[in-house]
Amino acid sequence: MSRVLEVRDLRVSFPGPDHRRFYPVDGVTFSLERGKTMALVGESGSGKSLTSLALLQLVPSPGRVETGSVIRMGETDVLALRGEALRRIRGRRVGMIFQDPMTSLNPVFTVGDQIVEGILAHFKMPRAAARERALQLLQEVGIPDPSTRLKAYPHQLSGGMRQRVMIAIALSAEPEILVADEPTTALDVTVQAQILEVLDRLQESRGMAVLLITHDLGIVAGRADRVAVMYAGQIVEEAPTARLFANPSHPYTQGLFASVPRIKGPLRRLNPIGGSIPAPTAWPSGCRFRPRCPKAFDKSELEPPLLTVEPDHQMRCWLAEEPNKNRG
Amino acid sequence: MRPVLDALAAAWRHPQGRVGALILLIVAVAAIVGPWLLPDPLSQPDILAGSMPPGLGHPFGTDQLNRDILSRVVTGARISLGVALLAVALSMTLGAAVGLVSGYLGGVVDAALMRLVDGALAIPRLFILLLVLAVWERVPVLALILLIGATGWFATSRIVRAEVLRLREEAYVRAAEALGARRRRIIFRHLLPNVVGPLLVTATLAVGDVILLEAGLSFLGLGIQPPLPSWGGMILDSKEVLVSAPWAGIFPGLAIVITVLSANLFGDALRDAVDPRGA
Repeated sequence: MSRVLEVRDLRVSFPGPDHRRFYPVDGVTFSLERGKTMALVGESGSGKSLTSLALLQLVPSPGRVETGSVIRMGETDVLALRGEALRRIRGRRVGMIFQDPMTSLNPVFTVGDQIVEGILAHFKMPRAAARERALQLLQEVGIPDPSTRLKAYPHQLSGGMRQRVMIAIALSAEPEILVADEPTTALDVTVQAQILEVLDRLQESRGMAVLLITHDLGIVAGRADRVAVMYAGQIVEEAPTARLFANPSHPYTQGLFASVPRIKGPLRRLNPIGGSIPAPTAWPSGCRFRPRCPKAFDKSELEPPLLTVEPDHQMRCWLAEEPNKNRG
Repeated sequence: MRPVLDALAAAWRHPQGRVGALILLIVAVAAIVGPWLLPDPLSQPDILAGSMPPGLGHPFGTDQLNRDILSRVVTGARISLGVALLAVALSMTLGAAVGLVSGYLGGVVDAALMRLVDGALAIPRLFILLLVLAVWERVPVLALILLIGATGWFATSRIVRAEVLRLREEAYVRAAEALGARRRRIIFRHLLPNVVGPLLVTATLAVGDVILLEAGLSFLGLGIQPPLPSWGGMILDSKEVLVSAPWAGIFPGLAIVITVLSANLFGDALRDAVDPRGA
């Protein structure tokens, strides 16, 4: 097992009102092993997308990654890279797939041009050879009649086809890590399944590590090796997938599970989590989930560190110290 | 090129745009082929005859040196349009370059360039031009083009920069960055094609402005130098015979009005095509 990505104490800040900076990503730590999938789960505003952008120093200005944050890819200290050295790892070490395939492709260039762009950004080869590679990539992501599609403009393709093209582009420089930020959110359910299948197959054949960012616990099960649940800029629970699904321990994670409808088992009411995620300009003091937590108690006024629930399973909740209080 | 062709086609479907485009086209064709078909604008067949009213041999009459006014107006079109097109091309190139770099790189570069532009915009363009031209006697046409071009890009750079600031946040620009595309490539491939539309509108309207500017300078005797015919210079010459031979001033004046009006009509139609909300 080798570690391809290590993120430690990642903090991303933006300038806020009255000259104070605020921290939409506030101390995120996780790592990724070669060939494995890690899922980053959380609702909108939890900081998961910003975390993924920070991996390649793509945080939009005026945001910045705070000093003290660590991002390592193998021997490379990503946050120390600038200019050309930074460009060389973008796409090459990490490929990214974004949520919306409608807007992530430039409308004025053909699909082929955009895949070739990725290849030529990292490999020296004649254009014709790059086009040949692009054709293979389109085949690999399961696009029928790839030689015609190579000359198509994005608006001539369906959403599912566009997302396949995005995957082909992300793979164009053969990265060892693939970051998929809500890759299926904008797609129909049937197309969703096909896209996930393509991702699974490519991960297998290429031995890539995948960071899957999603709010959908359904696509995490049976796909991710580990799950980290994010809330309000922090990871609040992390464990191997099977363990987390068997024993969701943080009240927020439990809330997420309770708000997903089940097909099997007795009929029961859905229990959505009350309220909504706080704004990053005003994270609550103490435990950040406290204002929405049905199990909050006096100790929740102190900010909890990551505590051990069971071996290889941590959560950011004081209930880890008092397991009998944490029953259903 | 697609967005440019689409915008031009849409402006052509616009009734005013089509009128403007047709007149501009006629003026341009006349400017290109006219001087070959008409008498030499410098020849003075009968200098003692002086100015003759419009008639069979000279549809627009002759000026006080007995030169054919029609052929002077047509040759003047070649010079005025040529100066305007080249100067505007220079302004647009400079404005686009500064706007793209400033908007995309941001930070210190952006701050420095934009303060420079703020400063330049605070000085009236005509003032700078008058200052240089008053000192420079008999300025060559090429120098005039460079001077007008180099003083005309400030506002354009701000328009382009504003557009780039918006485009920079587009998902496909971020996707290209995540892919490791080079800066140069992002600027030329992803940003430039998307600012061509607004740039085209600015350029068309600027052509009208520059024709007026050049005519004004030539009228003051500071622009195109005689004996080269220019519309502004012809009006200057006609000043002395305004009452006895009004045609010497009326025809170049009409040429200016019609050309500038057409450029503005076409520019407005283009603007509607590129940005329908602004209509």
